[in-house]
Amino acid sequence: MIRVAVQPAAIDVAAELAAHDAGGHGASASFVGRVRGDGGLTELFLDHHPVLTVTGLEELASEAKKRWGISALTLIHRVGGMAPGETIVLVLASSPHRGEALAAVEFLIDRLKTDVMLWKRETFGDGRAAWVEQRGSDHKRAERWD
Amino acid sequence: MALTLSYFAWVRERMGVADEAVALPDDVHTVADLIAWLAARDDRGGLAFAEPARIRAAVDGQMVGPDAIVVGVAEIALFPPVTGG
Repeated sequence: MIRVAVQPAAIDVAAELAAHDAGGHGASASFVGRVRGDGGLTELFLDHHPVLTVTGLEELASEAKKRWGISALTLIHRVGGMAPGETIVLVLASSPHRGEALAAVEFLIDRLKTDVMLWKRETFGDGRAAWVEQRGSDHKRAERWD
Repeated sequence: MALTLSYFAWVRERMGVADEAVALPDDVHTVADLIAWLAARDDRGGLAFAEPARIRAAVDGQMVGPDAIVVGVAEIALFPPVTGG
């Protein structure tokens, strides 16, 4: 089972994990990314492309399935405005043994940060707002999978 | 043929619109040509496309480089480097 979604609604991690695990997998690995309230951040806004963002996630999901023996994969990214503590991204991968599931989760979150059409804008309590700049360290992590 | 340009993140903010239909001049062949043309076209373009190295593009749904051909395509998205996750 592969589930890929781009949604403005809150990500229900417990419900997604329950649905993902319904198949009964030997090993399930997860990554949950949350909004940090660093520096007085009050809102994180995620801009996306109406078509290409979900297409990009689907391409990464099928690439992960091709590389590892993945029996189930869930890849959900939130878009729009969100507050500190809320979940931005959820990655779940399952396989018969842990190695493939763990590797697939790391691959998916690393490549998502450099390959998928999503843009973060931070708004702070003092009224400042700024688009987040891409980090060189993210590229280094993503390139490990080339 | 009508071409639709769409903009995202700070490119959209600086352009003041999310998308627009344009007719390309005859001397615009590549993504790099398109960015240079938009930068020279008006003030908002000058603001959005002052640094071509910070602009990424997708042509008809595929991420492409600055040398990609834009003649005859239907949709081009222009945007900053992505920052999801």
